[in-house]
Amino acid sequence: MHLDGKIPGGPLPQKWERRKFEYALVSPANRRKYRVLVVGSGLAGASAAATLGELGYRVECVFFHDSPRRAHSIAAQGGINAAKNYQNDGDSVQRLFQDTVKGGDYRAREGNVYRLAEVSLRIIDHCVAQGVPFAREYGGKLANRSFGGAQVSRTFYARGQTGQQLLLGAYQALLRQVHAGTVRIAPRTEMLDLVVANGKARGIVARDLVTGEIRTFVADAVVLATGGYGNAYYLSTYARNSNATAIWRAHRRGAYLANPCFTQIHPTCIPVSGEHQSKLTLMSESLRNDGRIWVPLRAGDERSPEQIPEAERDYYLERRYPSYGNLSPRDVASRAAKAVCDEGRGVGPTRLGVYLDFADAIRRLGADVIAERYGNLFAMYAEITGEDPYRTPMRIYPAIHYTMGGLWVDYDLMSTIDGLFVLGEANFSDHGANRLGASALMQGLADGYFIAPLAVGSYLARAKPPAIDDAHPAFAEARKDTLARIERLLAARGKRSASSFHRELGKLLWDTCGMSRNRAGLERALTQIPELRERFYRDVLVPGQGESLNRELETAGRVADYFELGELICRDALQREESCGGHFREEYQTPDGEALRDDEHFAYVAAWEWREGESPVLHKEPLVFEAAPPMQRSYK
Amino acid sequence: MRIALEVWRQRGPGEPGRFVRYESTQASPDMSLLELLDVVNEGLVQKGEEPIAFDSDCREGICGTCGFMVNGLAHGPLQGAATCQVYLRSFRDGDTLFLEPFRAKAFPLIKDLVINRSALDRIIAAGGYVSVNTGNAPEANTSTIRKDRAEEAMDAAACIACGACVAACPNASAALFTGAKITHLGKLPEGEPERARRALRMVQAAAAEAFGHCTFAGECETACPKSIPLQVITQMNHDYLAARLSGEGRAQPRHIEPGTPKRRR
Repeated sequence: MHLDGKIPGGPLPQKWERRKFEYALVSPANRRKYRVLVVGSGLAGASAAATLGELGYRVECVFFHDSPRRAHSIAAQGGINAAKNYQNDGDSVQRLFQDTVKGGDYRAREGNVYRLAEVSLRIIDHCVAQGVPFAREYGGKLANRSFGGAQVSRTFYARGQTGQQLLLGAYQALLRQVHAGTVRIAPRTEMLDLVVANGKARGIVARDLVTGEIRTFVADAVVLATGGYGNAYYLSTYARNSNATAIWRAHRRGAYLANPCFTQIHPTCIPVSGEHQSKLTLMSESLRNDGRIWVPLRAGDERSPEQIPEAERDYYLERRYPSYGNLSPRDVASRAAKAVCDEGRGVGPTRLGVYLDFADAIRRLGADVIAERYGNLFAMYAEITGEDPYRTPMRIYPAIHYTMGGLWVDYDLMSTIDGLFVLGEANFSDHGANRLGASALMQGLADGYFIAPLAVGSYLARAKPPAIDDAHPAFAEARKDTLARIERLLAARGKRSASSFHRELGKLLWDTCGMSRNRAGLERALTQIPELRERFYRDVLVPGQGESLNRELETAGRVADYFELGELICRDALQREESCGGHFREEYQTPDGEALRDDEHFAYVAAWEWREGESPVLHKEPLVFEAAPPMQRSYK
Repeated sequence: MRIALEVWRQRGPGEPGRFVRYESTQASPDMSLLELLDVVNEGLVQKGEEPIAFDSDCREGICGTCGFMVNGLAHGPLQGAATCQVYLRSFRDGDTLFLEPFRAKAFPLIKDLVINRSALDRIIAAGGYVSVNTGNAPEANTSTIRKDRAEEAMDAAACIACGACVAACPNASAALFTGAKITHLGKLPEGEPERARRALRMVQAAAAEAFGHCTFAGECETACPKSIPLQVITQMNHDYLAARLSGEGRAQPRHIEPGTPKRRR
């Protein structure tokens, strides 16, 4: 199949205007005849559902949390980018576009990224109008901070809780539509399959997590905004319940999955402390402004950090990247930390950690200034580790944080299944091989408030989906499949919990397809994952029944899908014989250990098609760079 | 370290509940309380027993999903922390912890420690927003907001809707929750046009959900994992009273019956 990104013609700055004019419209009186199903209630899902409701469509929003406000967008800390140029420091739509394409290591679509930069302006306007309490200057105007990968200050923020405040804005807009009767919500309801009838997405099968009832939802268009798949790795900064089942089931029904190996690993997280640890906690990137990262010079040095004299410390980022130092980009800093730990120079009880030391900054600026800048982060660190970062250096280690890959979508955010739209982190669109800080919130809201509502309307106007109800055989079939999957998990009656298998899979993925990858490791993973999956189906134990609240059953279903997804992640990493962004293949590096991209052979989007009982098929969408010609990223 | 848990087990809303004792030898001070529950559950699963149902998601204190009573205190012993932020180093070796769900008439129990808090969503749906459709907004920097006012709005906006304030309140009042949203939006110029209407509708919605009234016991402020100050309740009462006195919501559209003859003054 030829993959058509459907990028509008004409010069970059006119593409979106042109497409908006090309869109077909549904008149206000006719909109209530169309049913749109939105799965997920994070930034992308809530904003899309609210906006579609405001336009007058009949919207149903399905999510597994008990309230739409709990989606994982809530946990985003740092901020949201927008090319407002309020600081008069030379920012522009063009510059945000350039920074994003370069930051993504030239593996994103120019057309999409340009639109994102354009729409960023309106997002801030809309959020302020909603009452999002962004940080202000004394003059009462909006404040900005700087983030990695940019030389301008364009990040808007609400303390360290920007995601929370933006999500509450979208959530409130959503509940306003619930009150108005345009949107219905289905909380504690988890999508378990997509229904495709006559070649079009027409609904979903979902499980009521309280009663266990298997329900069907019928619609004229389906919007997936179900987030990323980083929890395949078990330990990550994702929320515990974030999972890949919705996108994986859509993939199995015909939606291509693009660039699954593009995963982001964030360098500054609190290290794993014990084997019972359930998740990892992010420490904001901003700490690297004043903290210095180091490890002992000598492997196996058991001394406490205070006892190690200056001459016996290795400030390895400052040594390897003198011009960027401790502020090297996420992918580079993460790999460097792994390298020193591999040499046996890691610190802390597990030896998987490096120091982030504020002693110099405290000497230079005083503890008060450091407290003012980072007080809440220091408190959070102390709470989790029981150590005081004012006295002893923090210990940090990289962790899975975001996935750039996701379901393939065209410029109109429609997947390879007609009528199935994919928004936010769940799609692959705008970040290429590496996402810049403060760009995830921007993309989720751009998709949900400003792009999907128009694209979905145009699809409905043109496709005019015929009336359908859940008596259609496609619904019965999807329902039957879902029940069979549940039955299989309940019937295994083995000896091990699903999460113990998840932990094993996660470790395998982290070791072979984490911060650095090589052919031998990936091939090993590709043999071991199917074996592990077989053991899982033989030996998993899910107590209780399907007809009640059953967390073990929820977990088991999600883990079952991670096996197949994990395999695809490794397969994708194996075929991409180059290093770019978050994807570092050890075989492809410069003599001094930096990522070596291969634009001649790999400047494409890898979109995978599921084939039942066969290997997946790779389709390539070539990437063309006209406005932002590719160059080597160097931070030395 | 050794920690014993006495956990409230209840299969469903209509069934009787009771405390069940679980002892774990795998506890360590660096483990969080929820991780200890994970370990206990892992053991129960291996024995083929039903694990303890409890809600949690982000495990860093921001999503508001988790929350239960620990020895009678909502979210446990620490000021400004949600249940997921409580680590075992806060307890002594050999301690017994009593875990039970947040209890309130407006929070029906679902199973074990899991409750239904959708009443809080319905309070927001009644008016906890600025009525602005996507596309309506003017350029962001046209509005000017005093820094300290923006900070006050943010203090109130930090609410995570966990329901601890309700659970801690002797009246099971949702005043802190409702007041927080009224204060957040009321402090900002964008929220001003609907300020009276919002207060009226949200307060009425809370009453309709069977939350109790506020008697300023102050327990909510202590229990709140985001330390939202009691002043938001004062603000709510102020806005509500002002709305009632100004006749908000009582204005009827003028209607003149067709055929009514002119009245001369």
